[in-house]
Amino acid sequence: MLKLTGINKDLRGFCIKDISFTVEDGDYFILLGPSGAGKSILLETIAGLLRSDSGTIELGGRDITKLPIQQRKVGLVFQDHAIFPHMKVRKNLAYALHGHPHEEIKNKIEGLSAKLGIEDLLERYPSSLSGGELQRVALARTLIQEPEILLLDEPLASMDSRLKTEIRVLLRQIHRGGQTIMHVTHDYEEALSLGNRIAVMDHGSILQYGTPDEVFHHPRNGFVAHFIGIRNFIPAKIKMYGGLPFAETREGIKIRLGSGQENLEGFVMIRGEDIVLSAAALDSSASNVFEGKVEEVIETPNGFDICVDAGEKLHSLITGISRDKLGIREGMQIWLNFKATAVKFIEE
Amino acid sequence: MKRQTLQWVFSLLGAIILLFILAPVLGLLFSSSPLKLFETAKDPEVKNSIMLTLGTSMGGTLLFALAAVPFSWILARYRFPLKKLVTAIIDLPVVIPHSAAGIAVLGFISRDTWLGKASTAAGFNFVGHPAGIMIAMAFVSLPYLINAARDGFISVPERLEKAALTLGASPVRVFFTISLPLAWKNILSGLILMFARGMSEFGAVVIIAYHPMITPVLIYERFTSFGLKYAQPVSVIFILVVLVFFMMIRLLLSSSKKN
Repeated sequence: MLKLTGINKDLRGFCIKDISFTVEDGDYFILLGPSGAGKSILLETIAGLLRSDSGTIELGGRDITKLPIQQRKVGLVFQDHAIFPHMKVRKNLAYALHGHPHEEIKNKIEGLSAKLGIEDLLERYPSSLSGGELQRVALARTLIQEPEILLLDEPLASMDSRLKTEIRVLLRQIHRGGQTIMHVTHDYEEALSLGNRIAVMDHGSILQYGTPDEVFHHPRNGFVAHFIGIRNFIPAKIKMYGGLPFAETREGIKIRLGSGQENLEGFVMIRGEDIVLSAAALDSSASNVFEGKVEEVIETPNGFDICVDAGEKLHSLITGISRDKLGIREGMQIWLNFKATAVKFIEE
Repeated sequence: MKRQTLQWVFSLLGAIILLFILAPVLGLLFSSSPLKLFETAKDPEVKNSIMLTLGTSMGGTLLFALAAVPFSWILARYRFPLKKLVTAIIDLPVVIPHSAAGIAVLGFISRDTWLGKASTAAGFNFVGHPAGIMIAMAFVSLPYLINAARDGFISVPERLEKAALTLGASPVRVFFTISLPLAWKNILSGLILMFARGMSEFGAVVIIAYHPMITPVLIYERFTSFGLKYAQPVSVIFILVVLVFFMMIRLLLSSSKKN
């Protein structure tokens, strides 16, 4: 178990403030945040490359706050792998086992390299390896010392999608083997697909901590919502009109809710997939119908994100076919339709 | 002017520079008859001076490297107050005129200083002793090693050292297994530079020790006592020995790189 209590660190302008959280044994813990949020500083503080200004770090019941790096039993995999270029892969793997019996080193290297699929690379120099191979070697070199926690700094950054999938599978496999993992990333899809605990970080602070389900369905504020890919997340207050609950936004837009209690303050959250666009007002079961002007058409990996100004800016996710059918372009008028049950109200 | 004309003019300037370097050396090499060279090479005074020169320069280089290389690592890795001043101090021997450097070193190791007294108590005297020659050579040549080694350590990514630490290695082990091997090429070229620079030193050494005579001093002595004709063969022999020596080092280096 890794337990951080009140960690502070000021590093020439970059700082982390009062960080506390616990990573339980067997967790796949994701630290999610944009670049510059302080994630790497936090990771390096846990590994001991940086000393915290205050607070305590406990690992497996030991207070490691002031321990030198080499005594922490923390396995850190660097973003650029940091494989020793003057040693063959075998020697890289053996590095952490200095002083162990020869036979044990040999067995461990063979066992682990079979598991990670790098048996054929053992006699090669790092300069001849590909990015994915280097990542595997880096993981093996760190895992061989059986760290109490495996710290990964953006392990999937700068990889193409095929390689990403491959390494993801590998990371899941390592986790299933019982390894506690803390993984730093700026990619919420990565967080969703791998983590069973997520902490969202920005400006040196943890904004939210919980299971992926909690974080993705109840984002605590606009930053978290936006960062985890939720486009429609608008501050609002519940008002009753004609006995029906509406979320009234600051701009005065009234959004019909499935249910709600009057005067409650919070946010309305609508998934972009749930907003239907149409050229004219629809006669349908959607109780929320707004007219607006197309502000921006943004291409995404899965289609298009259409941003419409209907008093509030709302985002609808549609396919390329739909966009062509409706002839959507910036500046045109369009109708937004969504059901009251698609609107989620999150209390502040 | 056309680009091509410019290229020609610059190449011509380059040829003049090359000629400027090569002409005196080639002239010197052909100044003495092979017989004369052979005789000079057999002259015990010449042989001893060459051995002394190579030995003191090599010894001084290796001895001072023991402190200079770790110091270079500190310079490469850490920021500390007055670092700029420290760097300037290291470069000082390069800018001090070498005879003045010799006077400075002599004032430091002569008999009435504490270092001189300590050496007298140990039964020898730096002045007129190979140990004194080593010190004079090291004084003027150390900056070459320190600067090369520092650049070498700077070129080693600090993350590799940190990665080694996270793998449980002690800082000493990290230094010897990561930092030193990866900076080795620069350190080696620094060692060679320091060795070569020490070997060619005249000004500082002659003030500390006229005897025993290193080759540059011997050349000077033959020149002032007997004239140009007598100084030439010794110079030729010295140049040849130095060239052969460096060629050997180069060969060793390139073969070890292949492995």
